[in-house]
Amino acid sequence: MKPGIPAGTASIEFLQPVYIESAASITGQKEGQGPLGNLFDMVSEDPLFGTKTWEAAESTLQKETASLAIGKAGLTAPDIRMVFAGDLLAQTIASSFGIAEMDIPYYGLYGACSTMGEALSLGAMTVAAGYGEHVLCAASSHFATAEKEFRFPLGYGNQRPLSSTWTVTGSGACVLGSKPPVPEDQKHASPMRYKNGCAVITGITIGKLVDFGFKDSLNMGGCMAPAACSTIAQNLSDFGRTPKDYDAVFTGDLGMIGQQILLDLLSEKNIDLHSVHQDCGLMIYDNETQDTHSGGSGCGCSASVLAAAILPEIARGTWKRILFVPTGAMLSKVSYNEGESVPGIAHAVVIEHSEI
Amino acid sequence: MPTSEQLKKQKQYQQYVKRITPSHSLPLNMTKAFFTGGLICTLGQWILNAAASLGADKETAGSWCSLLLILLSVILTGLNIYPEIGKFGGAGALVPITGFANSVAASAIEFQTEGQVFGIGCKIFTIAGPVILYGILSSWGLGIVYYILKLMGVIL
Repeated sequence: MKPGIPAGTASIEFLQPVYIESAASITGQKEGQGPLGNLFDMVSEDPLFGTKTWEAAESTLQKETASLAIGKAGLTAPDIRMVFAGDLLAQTIASSFGIAEMDIPYYGLYGACSTMGEALSLGAMTVAAGYGEHVLCAASSHFATAEKEFRFPLGYGNQRPLSSTWTVTGSGACVLGSKPPVPEDQKHASPMRYKNGCAVITGITIGKLVDFGFKDSLNMGGCMAPAACSTIAQNLSDFGRTPKDYDAVFTGDLGMIGQQILLDLLSEKNIDLHSVHQDCGLMIYDNETQDTHSGGSGCGCSASVLAAAILPEIARGTWKRILFVPTGAMLSKVSYNEGESVPGIAHAVVIEHSEI
Repeated sequence: MPTSEQLKKQKQYQQYVKRITPSHSLPLNMTKAFFTGGLICTLGQWILNAAASLGADKETAGSWCSLLLILLSVILTGLNIYPEIGKFGGAGALVPITGFANSVAASAIEFQTEGQVFGIGCKIFTIAGPVILYGILSSWGLGIVYYILKLMGVIL
């Protein structure tokens, strides 16, 4: 039996399901006060996560989330064949310093805010190909490290434009495997198993870098929406589906403005996504009361929302098939200062409810 | 290199995004900036008057004014209050000396974890640096203008 076959021009269809054995999420306090607050596994009141620097805080955040996911799957670190993890910091130090302590073979990823999609895609390919029984996928972001990396010191008094998004302090991690999650009646039961139901990855669409020459890094929805549009249209065409074939399509962090652009761009292609589209960046905060302007962003945004709010509902069967499309804006302080535009990227992962 | 067709499309996209992106109300922002900046300057004038009434000459009173405003701004930055003032007042909080002090203090706080030399030392003027550099450059330019006008007898 083949592990998977190429579908269309940029997708892969897995012939044997890649099971999501467990999912974990940890966030900061602001996310804990948001609409999804009580769904996260843990909400830390200390933004420094017991460390002395913001970077160490994010490492700890990612490490703890990863450990939690491994534990929820009923496994220990040595059971994990490899980990795909990433974050927003230069040289992805949050991931490498966090995962280093776990002693697991490690691949560090950078896909800006699309990292969770990149991690899940690579993880699913690895499991489907039989290269690992259990593979860990993780991503994180931290408001303070992202501000420091891309914008201003936290104490600097400035006005954020209404198009800006708020970087989520949070991390999400999933263990992917070739075997279904441990059922409820057994020891070390996984919360990702509801009776016979669980969530499986059945396909992926690899994103292309899409550059519309847009240069405003404080309007990331505008930078990333064309990429989301490209990947979603590609996914529908590669798998021969219409938006009706998905119960929901979740983009990562387009925010209010990006969502509108995405829907407009897709309707130009005669694709109507209105009824099924949701955005993790709009789910995690209440923009009205939490002063987050266009919505949430960061790798941790889509990763934590996926782990806390989306995957459990798929395992329960609320949604039968969804498309998870985290979006990333590819820029650095240097590229921005040198006048380069901000291309976007989006990776799509098809996740389905499965009965065992 | 993008073709002219692509450039046209990019331009259209930029205009479209601009159209649908909401922005802060300019009159409201200007009003807030006026009152925030006005308040800071009024405080400065009050310090100036108070120092003068205590017997300081004009220059000494001016120094007290700058010193106290900077001190206040740095303390408010440390207490995480100045970012709120900046968020509310915009340029009204940015332009006075307090905004300058805020940008220096904020950088110092942010980068202290990277050490006294490579952290605070190298990065303390990350935001204020351009102001210092171009401030000195433009005052040098004005100095030359002043010198020439003086030679021509326009200024005594």
